[in-house]
Amino acid sequence: MYKAFLIKYGEIGIKGKNRYMFEDALVKQIERALSHVEGSFTVTKESGRIYVDTEGEYDYEEMIQALQHVFGIVGIAPMVQIEEEGFDRLAEEFIAYVDAVYPDKNFTFKVHARRGRKNYPMDSMEINKELGSRLLAAFPELKVDVHQPKVNLYVEIRQRINLFSEVLPGCGGMPVGTNGKAMLLLSGGIDSPVAGYMIAKRGVVLEAVYFHAPPYTSERAKQKVIDLAKQVASYAGPIQLHIVNFTDIQLYIHEKCPHEELTIIMRRYMMKIAQKLAEENGALGLITGESIGQVASQTIHSLYATNEVCTMPVFRPLIGFDKQDIVDIALKIGTYETSILPYEDCCTIFVAKHPVTKPNLKIIRHSEENLSEKIEELVQTALDTKETILCGS
Amino acid sequence: MEAYLDNSATTKVSARVVEAVAAAMTDDYGNPSAMHNMGVRAENKVREARELLARLIKVEEKEIYFTSGGTESNNMALIGAAMANRRAGNRIITTQIEHPSVSNTMEYLKEQGFAITALPVDPYGQVQKEALREAMTEDTILVSVMYVNNEIGAVEPVEEISHIIRAVNPKVIFHVDGIQAFGKYKIYPKRLGIDLLSVSGHKLHAPKGVGFLYKHSQIKVKPIVFGGGQQDGLRAGTLNVPGIVGLAVAAGEAYTDFEKKQEKLYQLKALFVAGIQEIEGTKMNGYPGRESAPHIVSVSFDGVRSEVLLHALEERGIYASAGSACSSHKASISPTLKALGLDKHYLDSTLRFSFSIFTTEEEIDYALKALKEILPVLRKVTGR
Repeated sequence: MYKAFLIKYGEIGIKGKNRYMFEDALVKQIERALSHVEGSFTVTKESGRIYVDTEGEYDYEEMIQALQHVFGIVGIAPMVQIEEEGFDRLAEEFIAYVDAVYPDKNFTFKVHARRGRKNYPMDSMEINKELGSRLLAAFPELKVDVHQPKVNLYVEIRQRINLFSEVLPGCGGMPVGTNGKAMLLLSGGIDSPVAGYMIAKRGVVLEAVYFHAPPYTSERAKQKVIDLAKQVASYAGPIQLHIVNFTDIQLYIHEKCPHEELTIIMRRYMMKIAQKLAEENGALGLITGESIGQVASQTIHSLYATNEVCTMPVFRPLIGFDKQDIVDIALKIGTYETSILPYEDCCTIFVAKHPVTKPNLKIIRHSEENLSEKIEELVQTALDTKETILCGS
Repeated sequence: MEAYLDNSATTKVSARVVEAVAAAMTDDYGNPSAMHNMGVRAENKVREARELLARLIKVEEKEIYFTSGGTESNNMALIGAAMANRRAGNRIITTQIEHPSVSNTMEYLKEQGFAITALPVDPYGQVQKEALREAMTEDTILVSVMYVNNEIGAVEPVEEISHIIRAVNPKVIFHVDGIQAFGKYKIYPKRLGIDLLSVSGHKLHAPKGVGFLYKHSQIKVKPIVFGGGQQDGLRAGTLNVPGIVGLAVAAGEAYTDFEKKQEKLYQLKALFVAGIQEIEGTKMNGYPGRESAPHIVSVSFDGVRSEVLLHALEERGIYASAGSACSSHKASISPTLKALGLDKHYLDSTLRFSFSIFTTEEEIDYALKALKEILPVLRKVTGR
């Protein structure tokens, strides 16, 4: 029955003179999300409102789900739109609307009329009162409650008249494309896709880098990361995923450095490479899924040691999260099932039995001197041979 | 160059099979249950296939039931026989090295209230006969033992087992999982005392998704798939005519120059085993020679994770299979390798190489050469 939808957005409404930019970005993201849905949709911006109009048959469930993946939307109101043909006609349509949407009439309500057009012959208060009493006359079981109504009935008088009541939740945040770009270090685990989701939710365009180490990691592990990138892309929009072959660097570190420091040194090089890729691609920050104390390489000492190689900001949105909190988000955004697939890589080979948990930066730097002969060349080769895949659309 | 040494996982479909399958899909595509002439033509194809298969294993045609493959054959045999003979007793005997399509079916039967005994094996994967004699009771209704083990190629003494169990209970039903053995050994169920024999098509150059179950006409089995009453109501569902035709052609090919083909496989195996024995820090699992299957070799490698070695070989176009995946997931350790009593560090250092009549000596040489090059490199990292 719904042919049109009112898109409610939150934070971007208050952005002053930049507002049009945020709205345009949101319109673009909505169009992108709806391009994957069966049906024909038009997104329009009209005096501080965004509407989606449908034409012909479409899949309602699929459409709502697509809109609920768009950052920046706080609510989606399915609307019935009627032409302005006098108040009696409006009241009839209004009663018919309530009858269709709420078959069971045992509830309290309040009418909220708004006039976008001030030349309408009645003012908002009058419309509220008159529609309310006509509705009560039609369905005597209904009750008015102006303080805590069960159902809010909205009547918006603009060029046409919009009737809506139910507002479906959106996922909030800001439209992707309004806050620059950042490079996500994506592994096959639970955390990094969630971290990417959270930063993208603030309007940031994502690129991602995955460190592949064949034969220690399998093709399936790589496919899993591609799948995760696609899942994050269903919210964040298309993601350029850079797949960097890390094997030779890993082996070289393994050969030259003390084993308890392997993970830290490896991570330092991952950050360095990620930063280079970020610079090359116009990203202004890195994103990791780190959370303090989760594993040896994420103690505050380790984070300090890893962070030291970075000159650009590193965003760690999960830093204060418990594992379960992260899992909850992963479940919500649909990456969990993929993350726990057991292609866990044999990277564990490169993990010392007792890795340092309080690395000393001086010692780490000293160990890294052993790499001076070949490491620059290996890093360059890794960058030169990277494979880039566009995930999502 | 490539070397496909994973023929126990699945095989390439032979050219003649492809041709026959295509013809069955495009020319004789009728439903064999249909009353009209198109149906009759398809039915005749199935009849010919059944005749051939029955002749190859010397059983009656009506004793062949087509299925969707090895897993279904095993499920149908075990669940069907257990349920149909519940009144006769509650005990079922199997081994610790069965394929998951048997061992997980046994788990299901256990949930249904049956008492399951899984027999231990010796270090070569042979069922311990003493343990079988001890376990075998008069109320044992079903015994299931594989002919050839899929991971190490051990050949079980099927005929002897049938004598041992029948000495205790002449009515016991004997099921044999012949999925790795069919086409490699000439199996005659009636001579060996086998009541139920499971066979899969894609292990011998037929397409995936087809297999059969031989069922002795006197054995009671309940269906596990219900529908339009095809195949005496024991296995409903429209017959997979193209698959069945392909299975028959593939079986026919396997039985042409049977001994010559078996000999070729043994020679490939000998070549491979000799090469492996030259490599330091390797251990063969199961018998290295003609006491075990001609197409399967299981090797453990000191100080190398099987998954890493598998991917390193794959980078060179060499395809093998790992019994167990990386040990960070304990659940993926192979029960078969465990049952052999393999040292703990070998459990996730074992690869299976398996051959087919399409395997060449060049492929074997190429794989051996690659192993000799890869192993020292990998051991540098994994040894510590």
